[in-house]
Amino acid sequence: MEAIEKIKELASQAVPGAKVEIVNSAPAAAQPALLVDREQVFAVARFFKEDPRFAMDFCSCVTGVDYPKVDQVEVVYHLYSIALKHGPIVLKVRAPRELDQCRVPSLTPLWRGCEFQEREAYDLYGVKFDGHPDLRRILMWDEFKDHPMRKDYAPPMDYDWEPTPHDDTLQRAMATEGVVPPTAIVEAEKAKKK
Amino acid sequence: MSVDEGLRSELQKHGIFILPFEQLYNWGRKSSIWPLQFGLACCAIEMIASAASRYDLARFGAEVFRATPRQADLMIVAGTVTKKMAPQVVRLYNQMPEPKYCIAMGACAISGGPFKDGYNVLKGIDRYIPVDVHIPGCPPRPEALIHAIMTLQRKIAGQQLGREQRWYDKTATTEFPIPAYGEHDLEPPVNRQVWQPPRDYRDVTIEEIAKA
Repeated sequence: MEAIEKIKELASQAVPGAKVEIVNSAPAAAQPALLVDREQVFAVARFFKEDPRFAMDFCSCVTGVDYPKVDQVEVVYHLYSIALKHGPIVLKVRAPRELDQCRVPSLTPLWRGCEFQEREAYDLYGVKFDGHPDLRRILMWDEFKDHPMRKDYAPPMDYDWEPTPHDDTLQRAMATEGVVPPTAIVEAEKAKKK
Repeated sequence: MSVDEGLRSELQKHGIFILPFEQLYNWGRKSSIWPLQFGLACCAIEMIASAASRYDLARFGAEVFRATPRQADLMIVAGTVTKKMAPQVVRLYNQMPEPKYCIAMGACAISGGPFKDGYNVLKGIDRYIPVDVHIPGCPPRPEALIHAIMTLQRKIAGQQLGREQRWYDKTATTEFPIPAYGEHDLEPPVNRQVWQPPRDYRDVTIEEIAKA
């Protein structure tokens, strides 16, 4: 497969108006990724699927990344070609973090295997996929309102007893008027001596 | 019992057994504990191994895994209970006829295990149904499960007829409330009638420290 710069050039030529950007993810990931704008990501993905030089017939992974600092949620697609035995091309698309605006086009019409993975991204990150045939929660129950993999998710306060609490769990156990561990006795005695 | 021990053993030699009804009941119950056939995670593999030929749970009369709660005496909660699965587990336990027993198998079933701090795992099935035997381990070996069944058998052997037990108490309910799916957590997150936070000698509450 060509270098990432060449891939970016070919994609930009094939889809006029598409804003394609190279994102270097090192050291988190070895492959540089292509960040595409929301409006054109479907066309760019279709180009990768249908162009004989790429023939990306397999989308192996769809997931989300939450960036609260820049107020964005990113969706990452990993594309491979089984026919040409190459890949991956990492496609990224970003959307605002606000729940009603957090929408990206679904790639399920191109790769059927995206269906459940996009449902998972919707469930855990709150990204709505436009054009998805059946966008429901897949892991959590339907009545659930939160999106647990977002950085600002607060788990329910049910720490009424912990055998060995530490760090955050200790703080939560103490906040829920729970039981304090033996180390707390030692600390209290130290404070008394002072 | 009023029968003399010597007389009893003498009669036994002639094939005449004198024993209280209680003992007979308990002997019957403990010798044919039929578990409910269901597994939730990797602990189920160990449970299956215990039932297979190498460990042979049949030696303890507990090999008849029933595929319906209506015919089961024992629920082995083998594996991680997610909050999504918990109502179904409680419902299955409700559908079992009395007398019924429960073994919580493995770290996840007794406390949530490594997933305790997660958002979707129940912090122990004993928050909703009464558990008779807890087995720690991740997963417990088949020997540990067999030990749990033997412990349960000892427990059953010590039961008193007509007293203390839930199924003899006409006022006690044998239905355990099924938690509902809430917007953030199960509702209620714990059944206080079944589960209270344990206290041990190391526990000190915040008020006690404040007093000191």
